[in-house]
Amino acid sequence: MKRCLVVDDSSVIRKVARRVLEELDFEIIEAEDGQKALDQCFEDMPEAILLDWNMPVMDGLEFLMQLRSSKNGDKPKVIFCTTENDISHIAQAVQAGADEYIMKPFDREILENKFHEVGLI
Amino acid sequence: MSIDSRDFEYLRDFLMKSSGLVVKPEKEYLLKSRLEPLVRSKGMASISELVSKMKAPSARDLQNTVTDAMTTNESLFFRDKSPFEHLDDIMLPYLLEARKTRRKVRIWCAASSTGQEPYSVAMSLKEQAVKVAGWNFEIIGTDISKTVLAKASAGEYTQFEVQRGLPIKLLLKYFTQKGENWVLNEDIRKMVKYQEGNLLESFSNIGKFDIVFCRNVLIYFDLDTKRQVLEKIAKQMDPDSYLLLGAAETVMGVCDKFESVKGARGLYKMK
Repeated sequence: MKRCLVVDDSSVIRKVARRVLEELDFEIIEAEDGQKALDQCFEDMPEAILLDWNMPVMDGLEFLMQLRSSKNGDKPKVIFCTTENDISHIAQAVQAGADEYIMKPFDREILENKFHEVGLI
Repeated sequence: MSIDSRDFEYLRDFLMKSSGLVVKPEKEYLLKSRLEPLVRSKGMASISELVSKMKAPSARDLQNTVTDAMTTNESLFFRDKSPFEHLDDIMLPYLLEARKTRRKVRIWCAASSTGQEPYSVAMSLKEQAVKVAGWNFEIIGTDISKTVLAKASAGEYTQFEVQRGLPIKLLLKYFTQKGENWVLNEDIRKMVKYQEGNLLESFSNIGKFDIVFCRNVLIYFDLDTKRQVLEKIAKQMDPDSYLLLGAAETVMGVCDKFESVKGARGLYKMK
């Protein structure tokens, strides 16, 4: 079973993502900010990361840059999932190594579609 | 509330004649779900009232609106993915060799709806710019509905629509943000020409094609209509041209002008 780390400071969003992704056969791990997500990755690297942008302690972009420059940090597929939906944020995320990008609000179909897009399902 | 049986029969016969759409009795819910919003938006009381207004002598516009409501389907970019892989891996390599003297390839997206399919073809070609340099690609999208053709020509999509099937890197590359929406850049838009076209009527004026996309349309037709449409499409194709059908569609037992391409689901070649 593939594991997906869901990183978002909103417990509601984490719950919504968990419900959809569990149905798609992912094992879910949650983190509420970038630092906790990074700690989790160093302990045990997941196959997929669904990543919010704006979070306390460490934001999603900072997390992604640190992840991509660390050992095995190139392995997980990273899908941003954020209300930052302007072209400059998207370009910045892709530049930093995001594989896909979801603009909130999203629905089940979009989530499934993007995981398919990066080859996770 | 169910639809009155005479109204149902009228709508079924009307849709069959106007668009070839087959509405079986068990699909009554489809009529309701598509037509009730229309009834409300026109300030009418019921589907019965809609039907009686459709019978009036000057009801052409209303009739078209009903056909639109029943035949328009939500579309997505790069739908099913594999047709676009077939384009890159099978059709283009073959045609770039077979058409090298005229260096021109014509592609027809029949029932192009709101444009996602022809624009996906255009983006695929753009991604292969080096290989196809010096070639002339003409992409024609046709649809029965003026409403979707207008939307397709505008090339403007909501945030939801650009997240259905479109890889983020292609969004960055080929779209510009316009408020909440995203607009395809002009270099992609101008690769596609749209025109009105009903698959049940004659379309001999649009010329011959090397690739025809006709996906997820035939499933709505009965066997006889499927055959007629495929025969007409075949007349618009050169002998070694390609036809793409939807995942649930086949030419087998319908039309003998095509043979399936081995290992490429949904892809057929003119015999």
